[in-house]
Amino acid sequence: MTTGHLLVIGAGQAGAQLVTSVREHGWTGPITLIGSEPHPPYRRPPLSKEYLRGSADTAALALRSDEFYRDQKIDVVLGQRIDRLTLSADGGTAATTTGRQWQFDRLALATGAEPRRLPVPGAGLAGVVVLRDISDADALAARLRPAVDLVVIGGGFVGLEVAATAAAAGVSTTVVEAAPALLTRVVSAETAAAVQAAHEAQGLRIRTGSRPVRFHGANGTVTGVELADGTLLTAGLVLVSVGARPRDDLARAAGLHCDGGVVVDQHSVTSDGRTVAIGDCANLPDPSPRSSGLRLRLESVDNAVEQARAAATTLVGDPRPYRGVPWFWSHQGNLRLQIAGLAVAADDVLVRPGKRPGQQTVLRYREDRLVAVECLGTPGEFLALRRVLAESVVVTKDRAADTSVPLKGLLAAT
Amino acid sequence: MNAKVFYTQPDGSERILEATPGDSIMRTAVRNGVSGIVGQCGGSLSCATCHVFVDDRDAGDFPPVSEDEDDMLDVAATDREDNSRLSCQLILTDGQEVHVTIPAVQL
Repeated sequence: MTTGHLLVIGAGQAGAQLVTSVREHGWTGPITLIGSEPHPPYRRPPLSKEYLRGSADTAALALRSDEFYRDQKIDVVLGQRIDRLTLSADGGTAATTTGRQWQFDRLALATGAEPRRLPVPGAGLAGVVVLRDISDADALAARLRPAVDLVVIGGGFVGLEVAATAAAAGVSTTVVEAAPALLTRVVSAETAAAVQAAHEAQGLRIRTGSRPVRFHGANGTVTGVELADGTLLTAGLVLVSVGARPRDDLARAAGLHCDGGVVVDQHSVTSDGRTVAIGDCANLPDPSPRSSGLRLRLESVDNAVEQARAAATTLVGDPRPYRGVPWFWSHQGNLRLQIAGLAVAADDVLVRPGKRPGQQTVLRYREDRLVAVECLGTPGEFLALRRVLAESVVVTKDRAADTSVPLKGLLAAT
Repeated sequence: MNAKVFYTQPDGSERILEATPGDSIMRTAVRNGVSGIVGQCGGSLSCATCHVFVDDRDAGDFPPVSEDEDDMLDVAATDREDNSRLSCQLILTDGQEVHVTIPAVQL
């Protein structure tokens, strides 16, 4: 059935892609896209970079034009948060606290994730902020001035992106990371070390193995961060960037199986056999061509777009499984990090030094099989290796280690 | 004055869009939901999902291919041609008219 009312809850990258793709696949019925923010679907990655610097405004972030939604007859409802969901065998009802209500025939959940907070004293002080949406970025930007000492809690993608943006703007910036290295669970120690060295060369202070135990304040505003070893860092602004939790409360309350995210199968179908869930809120089977079979959540633009594209085929009754090599990018100042595939800490590391300083490509092997790549400033090698992973091309460690052979040659040889 | 982009799909169908000068051919396509131009990375030369073939008559209107773009086009999902570009790098100017063809596969 492609003539019923499709309701999409969540107007982020995944929701916007789903309504686009489902129309392309021939859904002719009414489509409603509901978002809790006042903005139409927009790109989040620039929030920590161009938007924070002031070189992109909200109009530049918009994913689609207003005309697009109008032409495609997609009703975009903004500033409304669904807080009650009733599901039945052939549809359901979604309602807001203010009494607005939508009946639907098919439902897609694209509710995203929300930043974790730190359960330490002082976390509620003014000037202790998170970054997820435009309003967060506005609050951060309003307080970000060269005279302010910024402390970033968490050395992951978002934290390092903001730290690099701030440092480039002349803000004295310190990154505090609890683990012994930056980007743990995301990249190898070799990549993490190269990232740290690049940031330190730009004047960023980085304290790994450090944990905040208390935020100090005066007159309700943060003044410092106390670390577990007793160190007190001066701080006029603190960004807490310690990951995100999936927004699966609505799904759970409606009776859908959730387990750290809305549990879906390879067709993005939830436990009721009918609703789909996509993007950051979904707990899905590893979509890699040679899937580990493990369940995971993927917080990335790639997953939001590609899972939504696959879920559109489910909704129109021509289901194609979601398959693809998960990939991620993070631009931190001048540093360009790209990752494809899913590695674990135990996977082997093979480093290919780049032609220029700051360039490096790391290949991760499980036994003799390439499972992931981590590229610093080598977008051409990255793309070649992403295709190697997607097409399951065999690349022995000996060949990968031979830097006299360009990696793109690995594809031509097959 | 708006620019104008003529997007031709692999099946020969054409879509003509008015574009704001300063926007890229990729951004214009994504904002208007042109099928086949994905632009995952938003124009930061990270994904090569906005590959297009630029009509020969318009090719000279843009800056040459950078080293990174060159490396990325070499391994694009659809084989590179002499007129291949990443459309996030093609910034439109006042009144410009450009004709591009979208390859069959981007990923």
